[in-house]
Amino acid sequence: MDRFGPLTPLIGVVGLLVVWQFAYWVEVVDRVLLPSPVAMFAAVWHGMTGGQLLLDFFRTVERTSLSILYAGLIGIPLGIALGSSIPVYRSVEFVVDFFRSTPASAVFPLFLAISGPGDATKIQVATFGASLVILFNVAYGVMNARKTRLQAAQVMGASRLRVLTDVMLFESLPQTFVGLRNGVSLALIIVIVAEMFIGSIDGLGHNVLDNQMLFEMPRMYAAIFVAGALGYGFNLLFLLIERRYVHWSGR
Amino acid sequence: MAEGAPANLLATGTPSPPAGAGEAHITIRGLSKAFGEAVIYDGFDLDIPRGRFVSVFGPNGCGKSTLINLVAGLLEADSGTIRFAGKRLRDTNFGYVFQNYREALFPWMRSIDNIRYPLKFRNIPRAERSERVERLVDRLGVTLDLAKYPYQLSGGQQQLVSIMRSLVIEPEVLFLDEPFSALDYEMTLFMRDQLQALFMDTRTTMVFVSHDLEEAVYLADDVMLLSRGPAEVADYVTVGIPRPRTAATISQADFVRIKAHCLDVFQKTVRGA
Ligand SMILES: Nc1ncnc2c1ncn2[C@@H]1O[C@H](COP(=O)(O)OP(=O)(O)OP(=O)(O)O)[C@@H](O)[C@H]1O
Ligand SMILES: [Mg+2]
Repeated sequence: MDRFGPLTPLIGVVGLLVVWQFAYWVEVVDRVLLPSPVAMFAAVWHGMTGGQLLLDFFRTVERTSLSILYAGLIGIPLGIALGSSIPVYRSVEFVVDFFRSTPASAVFPLFLAISGPGDATKIQVATFGASLVILFNVAYGVMNARKTRLQAAQVMGASRLRVLTDVMLFESLPQTFVGLRNGVSLALIIVIVAEMFIGSIDGLGHNVLDNQMLFEMPRMYAAIFVAGALGYGFNLLFLLIERRYVHWSGR
Repeated sequence: MAEGAPANLLATGTPSPPAGAGEAHITIRGLSKAFGEAVIYDGFDLDIPRGRFVSVFGPNGCGKSTLINLVAGLLEADSGTIRFAGKRLRDTNFGYVFQNYREALFPWMRSIDNIRYPLKFRNIPRAERSERVERLVDRLGVTLDLAKYPYQLSGGQQQLVSIMRSLVIEPEVLFLDEPFSALDYEMTLFMRDQLQALFMDTRTTMVFVSHDLEEAVYLADDVMLLSRGPAEVADYVTVGIPRPRTAATISQADFVRIKAHCLDVFQKTVRGA
């Protein structure tokens, strides 16, 4: 059933909009709670062309980008260090796995106590959560480097360090990108929650909550939509970078 | 023993090739290796002569790969010594070709960079590195597009790149562990002849593991037949058939007889084990 070619994915989009518009017409829910898609897109347009929504969007992008940057700077080297030594990995595996399984939202109060209710806290918690995800994936990628490839480098005369930089690093890249994509999703979730509840004056999370309290439903939907688009965009960005620089992945 | 076998039959376990085979290039003495309970080698002795093509043939799991991995330093022996004309491994220029070329090449590098890679570890000026690769390409008459990544090549082409990578350092010894077993038949025939031409050209000492007896005999100056648990040299057969050998060689009486003899020894050792 590929009759529509590259337009196939649009069928779902159009379908959703039609159902939504229909639900609005027949008033499945109160029109105040569920505005029409047209009203939402109008609010998106309004907000993103110089309105508050655009400012909030940029704040969230900034916080999430910083978080994933720091998380990468922490998680990638640590992951390589852990993954390249099985005994070291075994000894900290439980601790890392435990913290990774801990909901990052549970440590908000801790970071609040340490850093106060500013921007730093939000970025710290998001960095904390994302770096563990990245660390785990990188370590996994390094550990599962193809043994033959490591041996090939070894018989050609590569030192242990060269095997690490020339082979293990590249071998772990596909898994590193899995970690980065999962990490950025998590960082965005944490940043948005933080913007809602941790003494915020801006950001998409703040925008959603603010409009909800003001009962500005089209604007609230618009902010949710932009947050969704942002998450999708981040994922797509990393996928494109991966496809460009990890061209051998899966081949 | 087998009727009509070549005259060089040696007593089982005799460590050396027949006298007059030339100077020993690789000398193995008292080699022992066990994986847990399984003893693969126990006081194993072997001399591999310089400039000869030695095929290693034996039953599954007898320790063929283990042997060349020990000699190439990928595994550590429990005891014993291995010398290359008196030198240690680290003072020896050697190449190794893996069975699984897909996992042995570096897919993040273009083929040409894969081939060039081992030169990084040998103080060779940058300009000469490219020259060496060019010389190698000319000598082999390779028509591949080496700017491609390995995954853009066919299996045979990838293994060819992998062989070129092991040759670019101009090794004195080349180890090959079932290098053609993942290729289709046509490609295998082609690669055998490539390897034979290369050997005739360079006279590099080659240690070639194969599970295909016909291939082992076709390529070899000497076929080393291994027995199982712990591995011993069951027989060391010299194949005196002149090179270049061709498809016609395979139906030649000499060839058929040597192959039959090897098969006979093989079946006796497998059943005996
Ligand atoms: N790393 C290892 N750990 C434990 N056992 C091993 C290891 N490597 C090899 N062995 C065992 O040692 C024996 C010899 O293995 P080896 O790979 O040398 O056999 P082979 O002759 O190359 O067999 P094949 O024809 O299947 O390639 C086998 O029984 C194998 O199971
Ligand atoms: Mg093997």
